[in-house]
Amino acid sequence: MSYPSNVKVVKLPCTGRVDVLLILRAFESGVDGVYVAGCMEGECHFLRGNLRARRRVEYVKGLLEEVGLGGGRVEMFNMSASQGQLFAQFAREMTERIRSLGPSPVNKNVKREA
Amino acid sequence: MIVGNRKDFKEILEKLGSRRRVLVLGCNECVTVCGVGGEREVGVLSAELRLYWKKEGETFEVREHTLERQCDYEYIDQIRGFADEYDVILSMACGAGVQYVAEAYKTKLVLPAVNTTFLGVTIEQGVWSERCQGCGDCILDMTGGICPIARCSKSLLNGPCGGSSGGKCEIDNETDCAWQLIVDRLKESGQMERYEEILPVKDWRTGREGGPRKRVREDLRL
Repeated sequence: MSYPSNVKVVKLPCTGRVDVLLILRAFESGVDGVYVAGCMEGECHFLRGNLRARRRVEYVKGLLEEVGLGGGRVEMFNMSASQGQLFAQFAREMTERIRSLGPSPVNKNVKREA
Repeated sequence: MIVGNRKDFKEILEKLGSRRRVLVLGCNECVTVCGVGGEREVGVLSAELRLYWKKEGETFEVREHTLERQCDYEYIDQIRGFADEYDVILSMACGAGVQYVAEAYKTKLVLPAVNTTFLGVTIEQGVWSERCQGCGDCILDMTGGICPIARCSKSLLNGPCGGSSGGKCEIDNETDCAWQLIVDRLKESGQMERYEEILPVKDWRTGREGGPRKRVREDLRL
């Protein structure tokens, strides 16, 4: 199983830990996109963590639209712990989507490292 | 608690105009509980401003600060040391807080980031509902603990209007008819005799209609 090397994984005990501010901070630090990889809906060990994460992701989409970055730069995917191939597939899908959107406009005035 | 809604980001940007040194000021009381103006929301609005201005390639400074309350001078005074460093204070408190900050910093531009909406309760996490209009003459003893002033669309005092249907108000089918709720509660609590008592025409002078209100308790004054 391989997935694009540009994807940086931030491990959390449950996607229920994902907070609106956490995602915004990532964009402030210069990332081009964020996706949340949660367990299958209905299979959350903490019952509703992944459902909450999805709603927060939807909320952040609205915020990113407001500030002009575009809601497409953030997404929520669901997969089980045994679906490594699906994890890699979503990583590729998201990488392609962000590549087509281009670098985050927040970074356009920042000189990128070669 | 006092409940509000965050203003649209676009409106906030318009109000800020060309000002780029912004102190985003939160309040730890009601607006924190209703998720509109506490420390987290200060963080979210500040992040939005930073992302937007970075995108635009602008130079800016956004400081986040949350006070215990914006309706008490002792707390407002805590920003005196650095408030002057900013072009504008963007208050995320209710209207009372915004005004009191503006009153304390007369030479400073203080802008509201929140639309204050009602006095209400938490129905469930993330859902709030209006319960009181501060009419200044409480009649909840007569109405089974359900306020017809705040919860009846017409603030009727003696039973429902013709718009009550299936327990819902005619304004929309999600709004309960307050008088249906009152009658149900009076029945439940064995107080239906209250329904027979005619409430007199309300003297609205104790409410907003009587002009701005003020309360003084001499024994508490210093």
